[in-house]
Amino acid sequence: MYNYIIKRLILTIPTLFGAAVLVFVLMRLVPGDVCEVRMAGFGTFADPEAIEICRENLGLNDPVLVQFGQVMWGYLTLDLGVSMWTGQPIVDEIGLRFQLSLEIAILATLVAILIAIPLGTISAIKQDTWIDYVVRAFSIAGIAMPSFWLGIMIILGLLITTQALFGTPWMPPIVYVSPFEDPLGNLAQVFWPAVATGYRYSAVATRMTRSTLLEVLREDYVRTARAKGLLEKIIINRHALKNAMLPVVTIFGIEFAFLIGGLVVTEQVFNLNGLGKLFVESVLTLDFTMTQQLVMLVVVIFVFMNFLVDLLYAWLDPRIRYG
Amino acid sequence: MRFLKSTLVVSFALGLAAAWAGGAAAGETPVRGGILKFVVGSKIPSYDAHMESTFGMIHPIRPFYSLLIRVNPENPSSPTDFVCDLCEGDVPAATNNGLTYTFKIRKDVKFHDGTPLTAHDIKATFDKIIFPPEGVPSTRKAFFSSLDSTTVPDDYTLVFNMKYASGAFLPAVAAPYNFVYSKKDLDENGYAWHQKNINGTGAFTFVEHKPGAYVEGKRYENYHHEGKPYLDGFRAISAPKMAVRLQAIRGNRAAIEFRGFPPKARDDLVKALGDKIVVQESDWNCALQFLPNHRRKPFDDVRVRRALTLAVDRRAGSKYLSKIAIVKTMGGVVFPGHPLAATEEELSKIAGYWPSIEKSRAEAKRLLKEAGAEGLEFVLLNRGVDQPYRVVGTWLIDQFKKVGLKVTQNVLPSPAFYDAVRKKHDFDVTVYFNCQSIVNPLADVSAYISDDIAGNNYAGYQDRTMDKLFDQMNRASDPAEQRRIMRLYEKRALDEEALQFITLWWYKINPHRSYVKGWKIAPSHYLNQHLDNVWLDPDLM
Amino acid sequence: MTVSDVRIDPDAERAVERTPRPAALLGLIARYPLGAAGAFVVLVMIFAAVFAEAIAPYDPEDNAFEYMFTPPGAQFWLGTDDFGRDILSRIIHGARTALFVGFVAAVIGATGGLVLGVASAYFGGWFDLIIQRVMDVFMAFPLIILALAVVAVLGPGIDKVIIAITIPFIPQCARVVRSSALAIREMPYVDAARACGFSHARIILRHMVPNVMAPYLIMITAFVGQAILLEAVLAFLGLGVQEPTAAWGLMLKSGAEEYAESAPWIPIFPGLAISLAVFGFNLFGDALRDALDPKLRAQ
Repeated sequence: MYNYIIKRLILTIPTLFGAAVLVFVLMRLVPGDVCEVRMAGFGTFADPEAIEICRENLGLNDPVLVQFGQVMWGYLTLDLGVSMWTGQPIVDEIGLRFQLSLEIAILATLVAILIAIPLGTISAIKQDTWIDYVVRAFSIAGIAMPSFWLGIMIILGLLITTQALFGTPWMPPIVYVSPFEDPLGNLAQVFWPAVATGYRYSAVATRMTRSTLLEVLREDYVRTARAKGLLEKIIINRHALKNAMLPVVTIFGIEFAFLIGGLVVTEQVFNLNGLGKLFVESVLTLDFTMTQQLVMLVVVIFVFMNFLVDLLYAWLDPRIRYG
Repeated sequence: MRFLKSTLVVSFALGLAAAWAGGAAAGETPVRGGILKFVVGSKIPSYDAHMESTFGMIHPIRPFYSLLIRVNPENPSSPTDFVCDLCEGDVPAATNNGLTYTFKIRKDVKFHDGTPLTAHDIKATFDKIIFPPEGVPSTRKAFFSSLDSTTVPDDYTLVFNMKYASGAFLPAVAAPYNFVYSKKDLDENGYAWHQKNINGTGAFTFVEHKPGAYVEGKRYENYHHEGKPYLDGFRAISAPKMAVRLQAIRGNRAAIEFRGFPPKARDDLVKALGDKIVVQESDWNCALQFLPNHRRKPFDDVRVRRALTLAVDRRAGSKYLSKIAIVKTMGGVVFPGHPLAATEEELSKIAGYWPSIEKSRAEAKRLLKEAGAEGLEFVLLNRGVDQPYRVVGTWLIDQFKKVGLKVTQNVLPSPAFYDAVRKKHDFDVTVYFNCQSIVNPLADVSAYISDDIAGNNYAGYQDRTMDKLFDQMNRASDPAEQRRIMRLYEKRALDEEALQFITLWWYKINPHRSYVKGWKIAPSHYLNQHLDNVWLDPDLM
Repeated sequence: MTVSDVRIDPDAERAVERTPRPAALLGLIARYPLGAAGAFVVLVMIFAAVFAEAIAPYDPEDNAFEYMFTPPGAQFWLGTDDFGRDILSRIIHGARTALFVGFVAAVIGATGGLVLGVASAYFGGWFDLIIQRVMDVFMAFPLIILALAVVAVLGPGIDKVIIAITIPFIPQCARVVRSSALAIREMPYVDAARACGFSHARIILRHMVPNVMAPYLIMITAFVGQAILLEAVLAFLGLGVQEPTAAWGLMLKSGAEEYAESAPWIPIFPGLAISLAVFGFNLFGDALRDALDPKLRAQ
């Protein structure tokens, strides 16, 4: 088991290194640079000399290999550097947004669980009835709607209905407050994006719950339980659901990893100052250092969640070989 | 002076009888108190205005600083009305045949850290802007090319000594980027200190900046303008998506946005909120251009270039595009409404502005045929921003189609777009824009001189006649003479040599909550953003 | 997905083949009503895409400002947009863009994944290890960075959008195919083929590829829907297909931001088109999966 863990950990190193190289190369291939955007990007006059000084100061004129060496050295010394746009330490910039992104990811996952497991179960039990069809149509509709469209419609809907009902239009707050300072204000802001995201992400998990449950329901021990005359409810709760949970948990784990830093569009639409919004802004302003570290953060979280999931499998399912 | 033909403060009350005079209401007594919340659509890079150029920095940071002179906050739509901010009395006229400007500096000004302000601080500021030490970026030093030196005869007197008299100098001094820093900070902390720290003499003191979220300021009790500011403080909230900014005003999460909204957004707000919304509108000191690439065939042929501009129906464009995009007024190279701008009659004689579009398009087709470029196919390069670029680009393609040209659009994200236009010169025809803060036509039209002299001409041509005209115009002291040369310059650029073109001028639309008073729209989103005269009307909140 | 998930049940296929055609069709519809609905949507889309010029009432790109913001009515069934262009015509032509992007990205992505997955499973060892690490990098890598880089380096245009969308599909499919192929490699008949001295190519093509066709087909249908959605997201970020080309994502994007309230038909119809298409492909894919996987079928 320990050998397996160690081997699995060693295997993450090439993945991380590969991702670091890939993002570095991709960003350098994109034409233009942060100084151009920052000083001349607004149509106003900009002195070419000033832009050149800016490049020089940010190290953009250094040979590419030197720049790459600096990035790698930064990883070894755990120094993530400063943002090219703001000049602030990247650790601070990310730290500032991490809480919000984490909160949304947790809430959205909760919403997804609350939707997916009951619906998936019902859908499996009532397979091929109209209930099954309605549930499946409802869950697929979640992924079929582009997220920005859903977000804009939610906010507009809130504004219009609140104005019609109470006379003044209301929308979720656009400035983040920590749940520890103002729980209600916080909830008002994160509730809608969490529901919208959770609904979207429930689709895959609902389908997974349904299909694994269907499989399990045909297993011998379930038949035995039925033959013993156990109540259907007990069979589902005690035997089937429990055993069907493993792949479903996997899906939630992987999606949770994606949710941190992956809510690029939702965060924009609801004006949430999270990692996804920072991501888009850094990419669009060609803030190389910030983009590099954000990509690495997302990759690390993803790799780590996959690692956890693998461990969980190995632990729960003795049939998996650690070869 | 008033040249406000097209600059209006409009009140909208679609279908409602009530009309608000909004920020323009005279005779109201400002009420003190309250926090102004506004949304900003661009990110803050550093706090140092001498190097940055985005309004994303000006809107939240400008209220912490003062300028030597500024556009008149009571009359910001005038392109020529400047008043003292840190100086005393009226803005001084040049003496010594236009070669000397002597400013008397106020004695009652203190920086937020308590240091008293003297003329030395202002000299240090302008020296940093105009004669930066090596390695210190200064984005607009070229605007001060007529200046020779600054001197400080005594602690409260500042003198600008000119190389030659220039009508472009005073507007350049009034530019909103010229934040006055303390000499002490520059001496003790270096020239990079202001990128991350704030110590000004403005109406508000810095409280907090949460990157990506907001900037907060609170009233500076020792502010040098008596009785101001009226607000207790402000909060500048970052909101990059247009839909969010609009909804924020509607849901009263913010009271105002200072850049501008598209026309339909204005209509939606007014329709939903009626007299709770006031709309201010103005021509915008941004020309939306399209540039043919003179380095490429067949755009090296003046006939082809003229055909391009003749194909464009600017009159109909103004009528329809002003309903869907932030452009409106048809104009030449000078900001419409400025005394140097062409009149309607003068414009009508320029190719592409003729009253009859049929005649114009027939001529375009004739020229294309003559040049052997009938049915020419090319790519229109554009910037990946909806307003107004994408909308106007899509319209332009349809205009070109009407004279038989086959055009597709290549829309690039901003960095790649600048790279293609500025560095690689990789385009056939591109949409471009000439956007400045302070209205200063003599400096702003520098984009039309030869590309080896101008820092911002990307069409790729040399035309020594243009250079000569530009120089004559800048050194002409008589406004009538300036105007005469400007007409020759404009005709040559837009018509005879068909160097580069203007589609329409941008149009600034600022719908805001009607309880915001005292803020008046200016021809640029960079101007009049000190917020010291803004107040909130509690009766309307 | 486990191996047993996707093994084809030979009896099921024969059962369908034996019944006469029309009856079989009705039987299929009765058995998979959702899948049939999905297939119907897909067919309508294909029809619209192929015959766009003939069906569309107006030119999708011509500006007609005198008709701007016309609400849905007799003349323009779905109304007109900010340039006075007929939305119905743009949606019909947009089906072509959507299907083109969707199918090309899905087929290339899934096929690339198939090749890599099977090869990886068959050869194993170092080859497998390296391929899997490369796949890991792409799986973990944020799509937006890839898309931006691809579009920025190669320039925009429908083909570049397809490349940007295809890249993340390859590892997704490779992973699924590999896990199925791994099990097949252990089957006695593969060993037997090896013992007979057959070439690698022959073993892979004859024995392995046919047995992973089921996950491959399922992935393709899932990818088409995903690709159509991704195209819309890229358009939202300003990286997709460009005006004046008729594309759903582009139409929805500009409409949703500015005209969601004053002219709701501008975003609603393209939004519906996207949702319906994705919905259709997903339902169809689900039914396909059920049909190919006996374990999920009702008894």
